[in-house]
Amino acid sequence: MRKTSTNTLRVVSAALFLVALLVAVPLLINATGRSDLYYTLTSVALLSIISAGVWITFYIGRINIGQGAYALMGGYVSAILVMNYGMSFWLTLPLAGLFCAAASVLIGLPILRLRGVYFAMVTLVLTEVARLLALALPITNGASGIVSIPLPTGISLFGITLVPDFATLANPRLAFYIVAVLLMALCFLGLYRLAHSRIGQLCQSLQQNEELASSIGVNIAYLRVIAYALSSFLGGVGGAMFASISQSIYPSSFTVADSVNFMLNCFLGGLGYVLGPMLGTFVLYFGWDLLFQTGEFQLLIFSTVLIVLMLVLPNGLLSLALPRKRGLER
Amino acid sequence: MEQVIANGLYLGAQYALIALGLTLIFALMNVLNFAHGQMYVLGGFVTYTIYGQLKLPFVVALVCSGVTLAVIGGLMEKFLFRPVVRRSKREESTMLLAAATAFFLDAVMLLLFGEKQRGVPKIISGVFVSDRLILPYDRILVGVLAILMIAAFMFFMQYSKPGRAMRALAQDRVAAQLMGVKVERYSMIGFALGAMLAGVVGGLLVSITGVNSGIGGPISIKAFLMVMIGGAGVVGGAIAGGFILGMMESVGLTVLREYGDITYLVIFALLMIFLSIRPHGLMGKPWG
Repeated sequence: MRKTSTNTLRVVSAALFLVALLVAVPLLINATGRSDLYYTLTSVALLSIISAGVWITFYIGRINIGQGAYALMGGYVSAILVMNYGMSFWLTLPLAGLFCAAASVLIGLPILRLRGVYFAMVTLVLTEVARLLALALPITNGASGIVSIPLPTGISLFGITLVPDFATLANPRLAFYIVAVLLMALCFLGLYRLAHSRIGQLCQSLQQNEELASSIGVNIAYLRVIAYALSSFLGGVGGAMFASISQSIYPSSFTVADSVNFMLNCFLGGLGYVLGPMLGTFVLYFGWDLLFQTGEFQLLIFSTVLIVLMLVLPNGLLSLALPRKRGLER
Repeated sequence: MEQVIANGLYLGAQYALIALGLTLIFALMNVLNFAHGQMYVLGGFVTYTIYGQLKLPFVVALVCSGVTLAVIGGLMEKFLFRPVVRRSKREESTMLLAAATAFFLDAVMLLLFGEKQRGVPKIISGVFVSDRLILPYDRILVGVLAILMIAAFMFFMQYSKPGRAMRALAQDRVAAQLMGVKVERYSMIGFALGAMLAGVVGGLLVSITGVNSGIGGPISIKAFLMVMIGGAGVVGGAIAGGFILGMMESVGLTVLREYGDITYLVIFALLMIFLSIRPHGLMGKPWG
């Protein structure tokens, strides 16, 4: 009985959180007139989707610093499909994710055999390679990137408009915000289900001891490729969304620093908690934004705070609130 | 062709020194030091200040670079990495710390030295010219110094007492502790030594390529590449990786020149193939 009541509690609180994000936040922003916050919050939502991908790879015990590569790839796939083939943005969004997932299967098959720092280093280099590729390939238009990508068009089914044309909206920022929040909710719902499903349990076994898991019949090679593909899918979707919001994509849109940040988001939130990436992204992004007033000392203060946080809470922010929660810790 | 090989050797000697520091820290602490490139840049700036601004002899500047970085590395180990390693549930947490220190060093250098490209006057002028080879004398000197330092480092690790202790630590931390090796002390010495190597290379190279506060990240990436080629945590591997990367870069820049800036793409593709055959690099142990 207790279990069902906690479950209901969770569903209710998740629903409340979503309602707060979709209704209360726009109202508050309207009241205070700070419509620039839309862009900030949209970025947080999208970055937390991308970071959630990194979290999945952490879940199978791999340190992924290559998420920027897939975000960049997703952005370019979506931009090229929209610009060169005139596809609807909403169609390119899953396509970008699928393209990244397919690419990650190809890349992942050899590199997922590596572990620990080796995997971390290879993925780090992957980000740099994605940037170099974007510079070198003819279709990506080199260093000048792809600019003035049209805003997403509408979707209508049997004459009913499901999603309005973003270009006709009075406030496309709000529309992007809502889309991003919905995507984020979907992503973390899926992540929660994944972490608590049979596959999630198997992934945890991978994290603890791959040899042991494989000796009792877990198909580790298959599982880790699946997990990596899922992770890259999220990266691609997030990147495609970003390209659409900023209406442009450059080789430097996602760099090594971004990849490291995605990893930091996960660390900061806490690797043992599904909501870790979301909280970590929120804190890091807003912390960075708040420090903007300090000018040249921004990076100094930011990194000092990070170091202190790491010294005080080496297991992530959520370890403060949920110390006894059954997480990934051994 | 001789020119390409000479360039490769010169680059490789630099790279091997950078990779040595990184691999030493990794072997002792199991920490992937993201801040290694930043340490290199800091070493460069110290030499720039002392040799370029204060006009003291180059050797003094180089020693100062090494000492400054050794002190910084030692302090970082004692007050940052050691507590986090002890208290964290997952050893990857040190990576966040290392990344944060990388940001921190970047910020400090940006504040202290600005974002301009800095260079110093040549240590020796003149160019060595033969019928097939053109090499400036300062490059030759820097290359020879780097090779001498690699040799000194290897002798130190092989025959001195701290070197032996550190090798024992790298092999098996617990066993080393049981044999009476002061683990904490030698971890600190090792970290300081690794940082010092980075600083010294930075100081050496500032006399040729100059330095600016933005190159720390790319240098770290190159160091990671070398360590991957050679195998993490192995001294011989780092040296081999450094020379191989230097050679590939030198050859690639010449051979692939007409195809544009794709040397690193090719290197990475080769690395992927190589790693799928040998996941632990040339000499790495199957852990890490």
